[in-house]
Parts: sequence; structure tokens; C-alpha cells
Amino acid sequence: MIKKTVTLVLGGIMAGTAAYSQAAPFEAYEQKIQGTDVTIKMVPIKGGEFLLGSPAGEKGRKADEGPQKKVTIDPFWMGAYEVTFDQYDLYADKDKDQAPLPDGMTRPSPPYIDLTLGMGKSGGYPANSMSQYGALMYCRWLYAKTGVFYRLPTEAEWEYACRAGAKTAYPFGNSDAQLKDYAWTAGNSGAVYHKVGELKPNAWGLYDMLGNVAEWTLDQYDEKAYAKAAAANPWNKPTGKTPRTVKGGNYDDTAENARCASRLQSDEAWNDRDPQIPKSKWWNADAPFVGFRLVRPVKQPTKAEAEQFFADVVDKFVGAR
Amino acid sequence: MEKEKAQTFHGQSRRDFVKQSSLLAGGLLAAPIIAEASQGNYFSGAAGVIKVALVGCGGRGTGAAVQALKTKENVQLVAMADAFRDNLDKSFQGITDELKDKPERIKVPESNKFVGFDGYKQAIALADVVILTTPPGFRPIHFEEAVNQGKHIFMEKPVATDPAGIAKVLAAAEVAKSKKLNVVVGLQRHYQTSYLELYKRLQDGIIGDITSIQVWWNQGALWVRPRKPEYTEMEYQMRNWYYFNWLCGDHIVEQHIHNIDVGNWFMGETPVTAVGMGGRAIRTGPEAGEIYDHHFVEYRYKNGVVMNAQCRHWKDSVSRVDEEIVGTKGRIICDRGVILDHKGKTLYQFDKKLTNRPYQAEHDELFDAVAKGQFKYQDAKRGVEATMSAIIGRMATYSGQSIAYDKAITSGINLQPAKYAFDAPPPVLPDANGNYAYAKPGITKYFS
Repeated sequence: MIKKTVTLVLGGIMAGTAAYSQAAPFEAYEQKIQGTDVTIKMVPIKGGEFLLGSPAGEKGRKADEGPQKKVTIDPFWMGAYEVTFDQYDLYADKDKDQAPLPDGMTRPSPPYIDLTLGMGKSGGYPANSMSQYGALMYCRWLYAKTGVFYRLPTEAEWEYACRAGAKTAYPFGNSDAQLKDYAWTAGNSGAVYHKVGELKPNAWGLYDMLGNVAEWTLDQYDEKAYAKAAAANPWNKPTGKTPRTVKGGNYDDTAENARCASRLQSDEAWNDRDPQIPKSKWWNADAPFVGFRLVRPVKQPTKAEAEQFFADVVDKFVGAR
Repeated sequence: MEKEKAQTFHGQSRRDFVKQSSLLAGGLLAAPIIAEASQGNYFSGAAGVIKVALVGCGGRGTGAAVQALKTKENVQLVAMADAFRDNLDKSFQGITDELKDKPERIKVPESNKFVGFDGYKQAIALADVVILTTPPGFRPIHFEEAVNQGKHIFMEKPVATDPAGIAKVLAAAEVAKSKKLNVVVGLQRHYQTSYLELYKRLQDGIIGDITSIQVWWNQGALWVRPRKPEYTEMEYQMRNWYYFNWLCGDHIVEQHIHNIDVGNWFMGETPVTAVGMGGRAIRTGPEAGEIYDHHFVEYRYKNGVVMNAQCRHWKDSVSRVDEEIVGTKGRIICDRGVILDHKGKTLYQFDKKLTNRPYQAEHDELFDAVAKGQFKYQDAKRGVEATMSAIIGRMATYSGQSIAYDKAITSGINLQPAKYAFDAPPPVLPDANGNYAYAKPGITKYFS
């Protein structure tokens, strides 16, 4: 029962009426957030078929990137940019939420130290260091706030969107020579993340998919995930708090670790230097390189389905990192 | 009388509990633990178990207890003490959750859970190693007691909030040394691989002679614990302890001590004078107690080298928690673990694959030494020097005067209340609007 519901939410194959579905035209739009002048730019990603993972000969490839698997993906909107602190703090900082929700939703506790590590916060810098739980709770807050269901992308959706039709190691080819035009990595970042959208987007209008902050996906990490992946809308559902799958590489990564197919598993050690017990559910003290971006499935779940999703994926794994 | 809440201890009246605990402590003091320690047998030794007591059951204390219990030695938590029963219970639960795979390491019966101001004595008596993690205002009396009882000690920084407390810790540190008691202070950068590697290279001369030091703890807002109607003023201040100097020392002492300590460490000495400025720019309400939200201090070392130290609790401003040590041939940027020459070329980059878990390492090393009967750690002096350096920073920003380290450390200035009890008055009290008086440069004076 629960499984079925969640599949429906993700696949977007909805039977019956969807109370919260919005008959929005399938084009780019700006999601407004009530009571603020902050918007989130979403771009349409048409459904299609692609090869998940990398071919055996790809430079820098690791074993967990295969076997390659042909999968189909349903259409969705994706954030053109990584979620920024200007957007995230509307949730994380109660002082910034001028129209708080009546039910007083749980908000992240302030981190022990400022985890931006001086790399920048307001004005378009990507939100960083949040646990996966913190990223998912933002989606939940945004749903409550806007009535639109947003979530993290699945690993397959993320890679499909990153490739933007390309079959090569990078969205622009197999050589990393142009990477500096598209991505902040060790070669050009100066060891810090940068404001989102300063470099070129991929063919589908998505900025900073590679490099800058690595991005949380909705999948439990499994090195053999691709062998088991479903043919349509694959998703390795969470079974534990860690490891989860992170994609895209970050500002401190080599070019090889910032390919479309690169995968990274989260680790408890990402929060080693949190000196308190209980450790923060919301933040990772040692993972300044992690952020996320949003996805909105075209076929929106019903309210009941969305609540079921949050119960199964978020409440069951409080503090997932 | 203490508040009703703190009066009962699983059904006993507070008075009975204290009486019973005193008897218990008395009995234990006569037991062979101390005698063995003085003979160089570093723990009570029954089945090779090292017994630990946690004094101060907040988030950090709980973290420290878990780290102690996760060392490879045969460690058991046997006693806990906190001013508040709810803190203690939450901590006990947190430790239990974290030690699911080693439940045999938690042996804290109800009779070994001590609530109130005085429980630390009983808790300390039951242990071989004590963890002191209350708000820092209590550290001097707890440290003194632990040393007097002959225990090995892990204590969090800072080690005091005022010069009188510093004097007490210094005196007890001498006793600890004579008793060969290991003392580790939670200035954990000294146990962090990246800092140790940087320091090694400094000593090898990679940046030449130090010409200046910059240190930062600039961050956003911190937690605030709201007042509840049932609280006495003392309970309110104890719970919202960050905002009262007798408990916390202000954030320059409580947090920025880490960075000031690194400056001292790399410089190899303490500053001679401090002059600076600070105030309450953003955080001005009653909940902010009496502390500032920013300090900027120019510390000067004996040879004239300056350390600029800045700390802030300002939301949405540029943040940085770091140290830069500048020398004639290059600069060390500690947080990034990198050493650059003056043209920006990397001379050294810390290998991020190396283990860099300072909070665990400080316990691993302490318990290893205790288990082997070795006397290796005397961090109390370093803890005193870092704390006192931060205190003169606070005195400088509060008074607007230049503060000499030597003069301040012997000043005997004491922020502590006359009596520790929930119905006793704390040393600072709010006005009719709930606001607390705070220091004003040019008006606040320490020395005539």
C-alpha cells in the first residue's frame, strides 16, 4: 500500500483526482514564496529515455557507475539553480519568515558554528552543509507554504537532467577542457563555492549541475543500484539514515569526480566535528560541499499521497545524513 | 531552599538525598581508590575497568561522555551530575542511544545520578576519570575538587570566567602535577591532525618568523533559552547561561578562546596586553543578558607582534572561524590546512584523507595514558593561559582601557555569586523591564 503510493508520487502516473495538482503549463516559471520577494526558478525537463551510468572506458570511472542501464524518466520541473541561502533561510531562520505557517513547523536549530565557513551566505550563494533530512524538510516546508509538491530528484532524474541529452562524460563532451566554463571545481573555484548561475548552463538551462556544491538525491546509496534499477523512474528507496547518494561533485573536486555519472555516498563522518550529543539532525559539521536542488513532478500527488511520502521518507529517518 | 523541581531525587527529599550522598561519598573517600592512585596505579583496576563520571550533562558533556565511552579502553560511565534533572535524563538517554552496541559501558544506577549544585562531589568520588563540562563558571571549583580527590580529568574550555577562578585552577594544576594526574582540556585543535601538521611545519621554519596573527570567530546567532514563570532568577540564568558572565565569560571567552589559543600556541607565549572595542550592535534585548555581540581585540606579544582577534554573533554578516599566522616567508591558513607563500603559491596542503577527528582523539589519548598508567597530559596550564588571554580581551573591550595580562591575572576579580543555590541571588539582576546592566567602555573600570 505504502509502496504503491510512493511509486505513484514519483512516477507521476496518477489515477483519480489529485487535490493538489496544478494544471500549470509545462514551461519555465518562478515559484513565489508567500510573504517574501524570494522566487525559485524552475525549468521544464521533458520525459525521455537515457543510459544511466557511465561506459566502462570512461576516464575516472568507478565501479559503482555501472552497469549502464537504459531507463525512462517522466517529465518534471527542476530548479535552474541550486537552492540558495536566500531561499533556504526563509525556512531555517524564523525571523525571515514574515508569514509563518499556522501549525508552527519544526525549523532547523542554528548550527554550532556558521557552516558556510566564510564562503558566503546571502546574495545567491548555495545553501550548504545541511543534512539530507534538512534538505527534505525544506521541501516539506515549501509544500506547506506553496501548496506545490517539491522534493529532491531521484539519482536517475538528476543524472538525466545533468546530461541534458548528452551521452558523454560531461554534458559538453568527453574532454574536461571546457569544464571551467560550466562548473566550479578544484581547477577554478579557489577552494570555495560561488554564487549560483555565474557560469554557463547545460543544454536544458540548468546551472551548476556539476561542481559548486554536490547535490543530495532521494536515493539510498547502493554500489549495485544500477544493476537493480527499474526500467522506468528508478528510485532506490531509503532504508537507513546513511549512506544516501550525492551527485555532481563539488568546488573542491577534481574534474574526474565532477562527471555526470559520478556518485558519492554520504558518511556519518561528514558530521564528525559536531561536538554535541544528540548530534544535529539538521547540519553536517564536516560536509561544507553539500547542497541540493528541487524537483517538481508534473503529475502532482494528492495531499494524502504527499503526506504519506513525507511520513515514509522523512519521518522514518529523522536526521538522515 | 531549592525549587520544588530539584528537591526530589527519585522519591527522596532533597535533604535525605544530600545526607545519604554525603555518607556515600565519605565511605568512598576512605576506599582504596585514592590510595592506589597515589601509588601510581592509575585506576581502580577492578577487572581493568576505568570508571568515568560526567559532571555537566548538556549537549557538549553528553558528547564528551560518548567519546570517552567509545575509546578502545575498558571504560564505564558510573556517575552523572547536573544542576537539573531534565538535563541529566536527556543526557543519559542520549548516551544510551549512542552506545547501543556497547550497553555494558553504561553503569549508572539511579543512586549515582546527582542533581543540584553539590552533586559533583559525589559523582567525582565514584570515578577514576572525570569529565567536567558544566558552564565554565563552575570549572574552577569542580577542577579543584577532582584534583583533591586524585582523579584524572577531561575538562572543557574555558577553564574559568574570571581571574579569581583562574588562580584557583592554576593552584590546582600544580597539585595535579604533583599527583601525576592526567589533565586534558578541550582545546581540541591541539589534538587535531591538521593543526599538528601545520604546527610542525611552522617549527620547521616554513613561514619564517611570525610577524602578525589574525584570528576570527565570526558567526550568526546562538541559542537562547527563554525564561519560564516558575524559574527563580538563579535557575533562569543557569539555563540561559550563555548570556551571563559569571557562568559563560562572554563569547570571546567561551568560543573565541579556541582561536586565541591557536595564536598563543603558534606564537609560543601569551600576550602581554590587550586593547580593543566591542558592544551590543544587534543583540540588545533582555534575553541577551549582559554579554556583547562583538569584540575586536588587538593583543600584543612581548616582541611587539600583534594578534588581531575578532568575534561576532551577527546573523547574515560575513562569517569566519579561523586563524591565519603570517610570517616573513608565508602564511598559515589553519581552517583550510594550507600554507601559502606571499605570492599565493601553496607550500603545503593538509592531506584531507588523514584522520582528523579531534574530539575523539583527545579522549583516545587520555584514556590510553590512564590505562597504561602513564602521566602524559598537563593541559591545565595551557587552558589557563588561553582562558586568561580571552578574559583580558573581554576586560579590554568592556573598559575601553589597555589591560595588562600580568596585572589582570593577579587582580583577584571575582564574578561568582556568594552562594550557589536556586533561591540565592545571582551576581547580576535584571531591572524592572528585565534588562541587565552591561559594561560601558570608559565607564566600566577594573583598576583604579
